[in-house]
Amino acid sequence: MSTVQEVVTEAPVIEDAIPKKAMALGPVASLVILALLIATPLFVKNFIIFQMTMWLIYAIAVLALNILTGASGQFSLGQSAFYALGAYTSAILMEHGDINYVLTLPVAGLICFIAGFLFGLPALRLSGIYLALATFALATAMPQLLKLGVFEHWTGGVQGLVVTKPDAPAILASLGLKVSQDMWLYYFTLAVSILIYIFSVNLLRSRSGRAMMAIRDNEIAASAMGVDVSLYKTLAFGVSAGITGVAGGLGAIAVQFVAPDGYTIQLAVALFLGMVVGGVGWLPGSLAGAAFIVFVPNIAESVSKGLSGAVFGVILILIIFLVPHGARQIAYGAQGLIGKLRRN
Amino acid sequence: MELFTNQVLAGIATGAIYACMALAVVMIYQAIDHLNFAQGEMAMFSTFVAWQLMQWGLPYWVAFVLTLIFSFIGGIVIERLLFKPLAKAPVLTHVAGFIALFAIINSVAGLLWDFTIKQFPSPFGSSPFLGSQLISTHQAGMIFVTLILLVLLFAFFRYTRVGLAMRAAASMPESARLVGINTGWMIALGWGMAAAIGSIAGMLIAPVVFLEPNMMGGVLIYGFAAAVVGGLSSPLGAVVGGFLVGIFENLVGTYIPGVGNELKLPIALALIITVLVVKPNGLFGRAIVKRV
Repeated sequence: MSTVQEVVTEAPVIEDAIPKKAMALGPVASLVILALLIATPLFVKNFIIFQMTMWLIYAIAVLALNILTGASGQFSLGQSAFYALGAYTSAILMEHGDINYVLTLPVAGLICFIAGFLFGLPALRLSGIYLALATFALATAMPQLLKLGVFEHWTGGVQGLVVTKPDAPAILASLGLKVSQDMWLYYFTLAVSILIYIFSVNLLRSRSGRAMMAIRDNEIAASAMGVDVSLYKTLAFGVSAGITGVAGGLGAIAVQFVAPDGYTIQLAVALFLGMVVGGVGWLPGSLAGAAFIVFVPNIAESVSKGLSGAVFGVILILIIFLVPHGARQIAYGAQGLIGKLRRN
Repeated sequence: MELFTNQVLAGIATGAIYACMALAVVMIYQAIDHLNFAQGEMAMFSTFVAWQLMQWGLPYWVAFVLTLIFSFIGGIVIERLLFKPLAKAPVLTHVAGFIALFAIINSVAGLLWDFTIKQFPSPFGSSPFLGSQLISTHQAGMIFVTLILLVLLFAFFRYTRVGLAMRAAASMPESARLVGINTGWMIALGWGMAAAIGSIAGMLIAPVVFLEPNMMGGVLIYGFAAAVVGGLSSPLGAVVGGFLVGIFENLVGTYIPGVGNELKLPIALALIITVLVVKPNGLFGRAIVKRV
């Protein structure tokens, strides 16, 4: 035996290599889901529309984490910090700058992209557990930073900021369509989600996406092949943070309120769970994961008030026992089944 | 200068809490190569069991030993029921499992013993230690117990066959199996020992932070931080890291203006990240050699 102890680390965080095609859905399935997403709000109450809006927003945030963890193999428990940053950017621009809500989203995305990129630089030195702790620190620090007296004029301190809910554009009303605020916001969020989804799918199919996945599968081999590891790792952080920031901005507009305690580590943990439930590295799974985040706590609450935490935990354990690879496993199973039926 | 020494002393006193928890963290890391996010809640639950036993009239040390046994078995049971079936699942799924466990234990403890704060007795009393107002006999006792635990753990891993087998199973499961080590049971044993150490930590911490289902939230974060600063593979590093984090936290709170209790945690964590950026494997950790 040599004196140096050799430890073989097998693709530390992420499961087996995922072929790049498999990161998105086929065209038929995509269109069916899209049709459902467009049609459903026409038949349900405003409160449910609001919940669906939140569902889409969390789906964007889970998707962002999926790009970071699923594609580039970096683990993050700090997504809530970028979500908060995006939310506050939008809220401050809207309330203090009187800027249209649509325009605040790109700004939120850009600021978060820069923040994420900068955070990605020291994070380069860390991986696995250590990166988890560093991002975790970011998540715990964020609410405290937002409470700081220095920024209180802008952030509203502990009280937070109230955000005005945008109306549907007047042009719809003049066309004779009655669109409630909730419904408008839903379709607006849906449009943003679709844009981000298309962007992400294309990003992962591009040269940059392939570079990120090469890093995920084997960093040393990737760098030997000429992939600029530092660049793509920080880029993944930046893109992920930027998308999370847009989700945060949308979240602030939908909830009409931002306050430091809305963006604690619990949010980061929820987003992480969403990613696992949806399937790590499978972008459409973000929808399933976000549904888990939004609806399962409510279900748990309705089963038992006192034991809601335990019910939530049991549901989570059942899910990871039955489908350890998340919704992706179900989708692949269904695909296999359909393929078999066709052949018969 | 007196302020400085006082703050360092106070830091050591709180550091003992973190060191204790960090030992449990390192223990589980040695066994499963992962941090257990539910560790704090497991320790909290054990502490509640000890409290309940004492409520039923058992003397402290009997309750202490019974709790240790309960925790040890409990840890093994959790591993067998929950994580053994998941052995083949991806690592991130395990982390989700830890979070589920966290939610379940927290909620069940809240239901069984409600969320009111409870007093927990200390076997060492709480009078000032050697005339110092800063360290009580309990805190001195806690430091003492932590050091004993450290020595025991060190000896266990260094000089016993089981300890060696456990290290082998954690670092190279395949090769360990080839030389006849039952790696599955090594992992279970690691869970049991981690739970038992956690229960000691919980029982020592409870007199300071008081007993309630959320008592471990902050402590566990610092415990993780301490273990990571010290290097996750080294029990000694964990204890040193624990004391360092405690001292850090106190000095930052005293000397940097504008840092109230609220900013203590972020700044302590930021300093830890700085340490990690300079020394990515912690102060005492072994560098991992990767094979391509």
